[in-house]
Amino acid sequence: MTHEPVSMETPTSPTRPNIPLASVPGSASMPAVGTTLIDIQNVDFYYSASKALHGITLQIPEKQVTAFIGPSGCGKSTLLRCFNRMNDLIDGTRVDSGSIRIRGVDIYRRDVDVIELRKRVGMVFQKSNPFPKSIYENIIYGLRLQGVKDKSRLDEVVEKSLRGAALWDEVKDRLHTSGLSLSGGQQQRLCIARTIAVEPEIILMDEPCSALDPIATAKVEELIHELKMKYTIVIVTHNMQQAARCSDRTAFFYLGKLIEYSPTRTIFMNPENPQTEAYVSGRFG
Amino acid sequence: MTPPSEPHIFQAKPGFARTGERVSFGVFRLATYLVLACGAFVFADIVFKGSHAIFQQEFPFVNVPFFTEAPESLHVFEYEGKKLEMGDKAFRAFRQDKIDRDVAAGKKPTEIKTESYVYSAGGIFPCIVGTVLLTVGSMTIALTLGVASAIYLSEYSKQGRIVHFIRLAILNLAGVPSIVFGLFGVGLFVIYLGWNVSLLAGWFTLAFMVLPVVITASEESLKSIPRGFREASLALGATKWQTIRKAVLPYALPGILTSSILGVARVAGETAPIMFTAAYVVSDKLPWQDLKNGTDFFFQGVMALPYHIYVVSSKIPQNEYTHRVQYGTAFVFLLIVALIAGSSIILRSKLRGRNKW
Repeated sequence: MTHEPVSMETPTSPTRPNIPLASVPGSASMPAVGTTLIDIQNVDFYYSASKALHGITLQIPEKQVTAFIGPSGCGKSTLLRCFNRMNDLIDGTRVDSGSIRIRGVDIYRRDVDVIELRKRVGMVFQKSNPFPKSIYENIIYGLRLQGVKDKSRLDEVVEKSLRGAALWDEVKDRLHTSGLSLSGGQQQRLCIARTIAVEPEIILMDEPCSALDPIATAKVEELIHELKMKYTIVIVTHNMQQAARCSDRTAFFYLGKLIEYSPTRTIFMNPENPQTEAYVSGRFG
Repeated sequence: MTPPSEPHIFQAKPGFARTGERVSFGVFRLATYLVLACGAFVFADIVFKGSHAIFQQEFPFVNVPFFTEAPESLHVFEYEGKKLEMGDKAFRAFRQDKIDRDVAAGKKPTEIKTESYVYSAGGIFPCIVGTVLLTVGSMTIALTLGVASAIYLSEYSKQGRIVHFIRLAILNLAGVPSIVFGLFGVGLFVIYLGWNVSLLAGWFTLAFMVLPVVITASEESLKSIPRGFREASLALGATKWQTIRKAVLPYALPGILTSSILGVARVAGETAPIMFTAAYVVSDKLPWQDLKNGTDFFFQGVMALPYHIYVVSSKIPQNEYTHRVQYGTAFVFLLIVALIAGSSIILRSKLRGRNKW
């Protein structure tokens, strides 16, 4: 593979996706690797008898967007759900070797309180799942769990979270109407607002836009650009162009193994691994 | 557009599949109408025959004493050429009045020969009270125990062979004859725990009888809540119980209550479980009267509507007067079950309005 000089124009060849480089966030100014927040070392993961992840090792940097890409069934969602131990909900799952450390603490240690972990590691799901409560009640759900009752603090958090999710202007006059009365894209942003209301450090996003139309998707992606200034974001996506648009680093998975993990630009412009190249140019998956 | 009479390529062709379908649907329709007809016949029979006891021709058109008085004996006799019917109290007063008059006029008091029929006059108020108490109490116990068990079985326990076996056992309980529950109640609550014939014994016996229905209904209701609610709640740092309490149970309750309506009808109408555990043939006082201390309320028996129907139908000779009471009682019983079911439905729609999803 020849190393072409970096230019602001995309080489348009039949095997390379046409990604305008200028819009790849952080490509020009961000350092290649920041401080590691999540340190995954040689992790094997099993669903009962079948092995879903093989010896995964990677470090996820703080306050950047990391994307997991790969064809269906490659284990990217499985790995994502390990970070907040949502896989614990399924019978028979286990992390068999290696460790996943967040700020140096192995989250699968026996004395780790899953509740505390999940307060720091939030998750946005593929299908938006607001509660059938009012928008207000949805946002403060997490705080209510912790026993916060002070109404002025709750009001403050609601406004802050909705602004942070770019939803405030659209719903500020109807905070007490049902969350289900919003459109799909608004519901997903409501879920994001709900997640950031508990002030996590990390936000995990499992294909957050797959059920949304292009306009709603664009809004959420714009939101991700803003959110990464305060939160570390890990996003699983089927949509390669989305990964290219939104993320700083990308990890490519295939059949439960980590094939390549590099800055986004590298993955899409000159990937090292031929399998990566084949995938990002659309030859399989 | 082709005029309807001209044949075209999509013309319907006659054949055995089409006629077969028509015949089958005809049979299904017939079956449904048959079921409806039987149900309607039973209702009509009870309403028609029972209305003789419930309604009357003068204002207020409803035989209020039937609902508000205790049962008494009916006296049927002839006096001065007229055939009269009177309840026991009224008859005694009437006879005393006639005796006084005769004595005052210096005549020998005339003997009034009567035929008396037990329980055929007066009302069924104590039975109504008893049935309502039994139903409300046992449904409360059944719902508490049932919903708790359902939550444990569907949310907390590991779905293995043991849980599967427990579920099977619960389902089988639903098929156990109610008389067996009655015997169980007698053995455990009346004799072993020493509660004797009491409201408490009746409550628990009836509650256990209706538990399978409540548990199954609750489990179905809980299962129908989308997984997304639980996942979202847990991902925000909730414990399992917080998740169930805030994001699952409120939305499952309408379904649980609706399915429990069946349980209400069963509990109100079963005679066998209460025959030896809670029901008195006759009781002179209402449950809250003449109590020596508060807890005595729970350790006394009550009269009950289904048991009263049984007593009036089998323990005393049959005639037109007892018929009146039987059907009247059955009618009242239907009314009460309809009322309880109706309020359950209203409660459910109120809950649904608040927690729509």
